[in-house]
Amino acid sequence: MTAVIDEPARTSGRWAAPPRPAWEEPPGRAGLAGKGLVLFLACLAILFPLWIVVVTSLSSRRAIDEAGGLVVIPKSITFVAYQELLSGGQVTRAAVISVLVTAVGTLFSMAVSVLCAYGLSRSGSLGHRWILMLLLATMFFSAGLIPTYLLVQSLGLTDSYLALILPSAISVFNILVLRGFFMNISQELIDSARIDGAGDVRILWQIVMPLSRAVIAVITLFYAVGYWSAWFNASLYLNDQDMLPLQNVMIQLVQKQEAPVGLGQAIKTGELSGLAVQMAVMVMALLPVAVLSPFVQKHFKKGMLTGAVKG
Amino acid sequence: MSHSTVPRTDTEAEAKENPPAAHGAAGAPRKRRAGKLGLRARFRRDRVLLLMTLPAVLLVLVFNYVPILGNVVAFQEYDPYISDNGVVSILHSPWVGLENFQRIFEDSAFWNAVRNTLVLFFLQLVLYFPIPILLALLINSVVRPRVRAIAQAVLYLPHFFSWVLVIAVFQQLFGGAGILSQLLRAHGYDGLDIMTDPGTFKFLVTAESVWKDAGWGIIVFLAALASVSPDLYEAAAMDGAGRWRRMWHVTLPALRPVIALLLVLRVGDALTVGFEQILLQRDAVGPGAAEVLDTFVWWNGVRNQDFGYAAAAGLVKGVISLGLVLAANKVAHLMGEQGVYKK
Repeated sequence: MTAVIDEPARTSGRWAAPPRPAWEEPPGRAGLAGKGLVLFLACLAILFPLWIVVVTSLSSRRAIDEAGGLVVIPKSITFVAYQELLSGGQVTRAAVISVLVTAVGTLFSMAVSVLCAYGLSRSGSLGHRWILMLLLATMFFSAGLIPTYLLVQSLGLTDSYLALILPSAISVFNILVLRGFFMNISQELIDSARIDGAGDVRILWQIVMPLSRAVIAVITLFYAVGYWSAWFNASLYLNDQDMLPLQNVMIQLVQKQEAPVGLGQAIKTGELSGLAVQMAVMVMALLPVAVLSPFVQKHFKKGMLTGAVKG
Repeated sequence: MSHSTVPRTDTEAEAKENPPAAHGAAGAPRKRRAGKLGLRARFRRDRVLLLMTLPAVLLVLVFNYVPILGNVVAFQEYDPYISDNGVVSILHSPWVGLENFQRIFEDSAFWNAVRNTLVLFFLQLVLYFPIPILLALLINSVVRPRVRAIAQAVLYLPHFFSWVLVIAVFQQLFGGAGILSQLLRAHGYDGLDIMTDPGTFKFLVTAESVWKDAGWGIIVFLAALASVSPDLYEAAAMDGAGRWRRMWHVTLPALRPVIALLLVLRVGDALTVGFEQILLQRDAVGPGAAEVLDTFVWWNGVRNQDFGYAAAAGLVKGVISLGLVLAANKVAHLMGEQGVYKK
């Protein structure tokens, strides 16, 4: 048992520290300030670059020229770069492709993973140990880039969006996390549903899945982020420029400094800042992730821990 | 799916095959009865479950197991132009035995890639590995829940950014036209371009990894810390231990198993260092500094179309990696940890 004394709250509301146990000495000023400083700097190191990117993408050509490059303090806000990028052309198409591939891919990955995780979660079912071994073994080796490349080509997936989805559709780790969760659902609940006449499909859909909302949210985010961030498969298997997703267009734009098709003229004639266009594409790539992940983050710890593999 | 058979219960399926066992066993967990059922009865009972695992099993077989066979091109003079279909090309390519492997071991570019891989691995071990631990200790000592929540939200964020984005962000900071150069030039110095400097490339790569994933890495340590019993702290405090001694004698021992496990697993993965990350920057820095084993395979295979050669290099890496992972797991087991799989 820990003894707890009432410490008068220094500040009110949700910022207040919870009461300390009696044996714990209150932090010194220097310690508190030091901790705060380190945390502040760590957060700054992450947020400052993002701030610059967002602000520059929203700056007019004049503001960018005045700053001599990237803008730190916003002066005039304009959405020209986004308007240009989203008014059709290569970047718009790439964004739409990325959204569609992410949506379809995530749905497919989740369906396959949830079904597999449930199929393996009922202990004592026929062959579940063998199947588990089959999946687990893939965590120890990979067949290698070249044979995989040759396989995808032989399957005729080159220049098809399936090449972006199928080869990396499931992650064994994610399946194991889901399975760990499903196995923790009380057996009595499932048995009673079975006695009431529910089959496995119905049990999964109406009992197991609603009870596992937290972990399903986490795994969905993992898969979605995976599809959204992927560029390598597209660079390997897609030869058609018009099929490239957003990340690959960003590589061309930011790394190789190639202006997107259709915008090169506007940049040359000076209506548009090339830098603002680059930053706007970067914002388009980071925005969905930055907006979605905080909502799921309270479940992260739980999800990662149930990931501990149970044979 | 087999909805037609929905009012199927275990008892029913069992009753058909094995009537006597059905009574009294109703509602008992599957495990207990599994042994008594014949294979066919178990198949009937579990066919829906098996059907559910089928798509995943197929995907794994096709995309993880079938390509293993494709490694035979490492022993061939593989000619991609024989046919549009890789399998046909494999069947008609001439065999060369171990010639590709011989070439690899005589290739200085390969050894350069090995050296770069190992240097990067050790650098990441020293400069990257301790950071999440320190950050976790720091976050854990913050009492105010709101401060904790905000700091964690910010620290986790970059993990979800793509490597393309992370490298683009670094380019805006440290590249030739980046904010650092901008600042230097504004104060009369020469601008500098860290992004294309082969000399500092390994530090740049490590810094990028830290920025992207160090915050995410604290999760597992925070979980370990949350499971420490407060009684231990209280008892230590009663014995006169101050906050530093409590950290040394209670907190750190609690982290030790996790640290050891992660360290072992990381060593097992030593030959794989940030493929996507390095591939994206390979052109800017040049292969001398930026080539690692994975990019070596990519360059020779996908770019130079020297498939047999690249597959041989990939195979060498894969075999050594497999050995390392298995050894690492063994060590984890010896330390009494679970590793990736159970003993």
